Amino acid sequence: MESVSIKNLTFRYVDVPILEEVNLDIRQGDYVILTGENGSGKSTLLKLLLGELNPQQGTVEVFGKDPSRGFSEIRVGYVPQNSIDKNQNFPATVEEIMMTGLYQPIWRRNLPGKKYRKQIIQTLAELEMEKFSGNRIGELSGGQQQRVMLARALVGNPELLILDEPTAGMDTASLKSLCEVLDRRNREQGLTIIMVTHGNTRDFIGAGRLLKAEEGRILEI
Amino acid sequence: MRILQYGFMQRAFLVGILLAVITPCIGITIVLKRMSMIGDALSHASLAGVALGLLLGINPVLGAGVICMIAALGIEGIRKKLPRYAEIAIAIVMSTGIGLAGVLSGFVKNGANFNSFLFGSIVSISKGELLLVCIVSLFVLVMLMLFYRELLYIGFDENAARISGVPVRRINFLFTILTALTVSIASRTVGALIVSSMLVVPVACGMQMGKSYRKTLLYAIVVALFTTIAGLFLSYYAGLKPGGTIVLLEVACFLILVAVKTVKNRFGAG
Repeated sequence: MESVSIKNLTFRYVDVPILEEVNLDIRQGDYVILTGENGSGKSTLLKLLLGELNPQQGTVEVFGKDPSRGFSEIRVGYVPQNSIDKNQNFPATVEEIMMTGLYQPIWRRNLPGKKYRKQIIQTLAELEMEKFSGNRIGELSGGQQQRVMLARALVGNPELLILDEPTAGMDTASLKSLCEVLDRRNREQGLTIIMVTHGNTRDFIGAGRLLKAEEGRILEI
Repeated sequence: MRILQYGFMQRAFLVGILLAVITPCIGITIVLKRMSMIGDALSHASLAGVALGLLLGINPVLGAGVICMIAALGIEGIRKKLPRYAEIAIAIVMSTGIGLAGVLSGFVKNGANFNSFLFGSIVSISKGELLLVCIVSLFVLVMLMLFYRELLYIGFDENAARISGVPVRRINFLFTILTALTVSIASRTVGALIVSSMLVVPVACGMQMGKSYRKTLLYAIVVALFTTIAGLFLSYYAGLKPGGTIVLLEVACFLILVAVKTVKNRFGAG
């Protein structure tokens, strides 16, 4: 089954072509890394996948649905780039931030508090962050914060995980932990992963597909 | 205590306590969305509503409420058009509110009534207004409790919230309405020029003490309750304006907390 299906996608900022006639299929369980120079269209492609932008031509489908309509029926995890930077003083503990990853609309909330907590601690433990659950998010280092953001994206057991430069500012230990978790989730649970990175692609041991954005095209390497 | 034997003071305390509970609940989202000045913009717009209400012979609080909601929706609309320059929305709506209030107040015959909305008149709340404040406060509180998680999520990362399935637009719309309702009732009681401080300063105090979102909110409510009750006592016995006294006490609390935290950090680091 296709997790992502992009057909004849064209996107321009004013008159500058960013993506032209892009066709791309990402199957369930694929682990895809997308690289490319600045301005090559990587971020635009992610925004289109996340429904932040609408295609001007062609179609983008995530699990057969238009992403601009939201993901209320599909479990999508998202790790934005340097997401804590603008929220350094946000008054919330790691556990409260993790809680947002288990979002359910009011009419569907039926999980007891203890079960929520167990799920949160288990996911944090996967990234060796469980001892920080009571810390304020701004107290952690950049790499630790990014690990929490990955844990938040994973806690709801998503079907698709989208990561935008998750390794920016990460130390070696955090990078290793992140790569291992992504590899394990992909192998054991069939999680579809799409990651944009400027980092060393060889760090991501389990990645099966390497794509490069270049001059408006997405090329398979 | 003699002060509590007077009906008007009983009403003042009840209204003060209700506002002290709901203003930080609204304020925490406002502060975390970096929209601290929204209270100013809405309260100035509410003045235009007060003037319009007085001119049309309808309840000025109702006028303030309606104009406040229009202004709040205007801010959301402009914010969506200019997402990277959200503060422009606040400036435009605030300028429009001040302009309208200035022009319309020129036609208001009962100037004293209009002026009472500038600095509020919590001790002259009528029974009808008390009922209105109770109903609005209860509604705001229930809504905020129901959508606590959504507001926390949107405050942290609006885009990630949308991707996780939070109906961001609907929640933002609801929150805008709740803010407008709170500002319009608070304008009548503590004053249009002061309401913004009531939304923001207790939250700023809570952020100095609370490690978590929940505790930050609880501390903010405690500060607001303490300063409101102390402010009412102080203003009664010292003959001061209640709204201004409450806000000055809040600012004093904030300064003390910042000083204590600074000393604590320095002492801890040293």
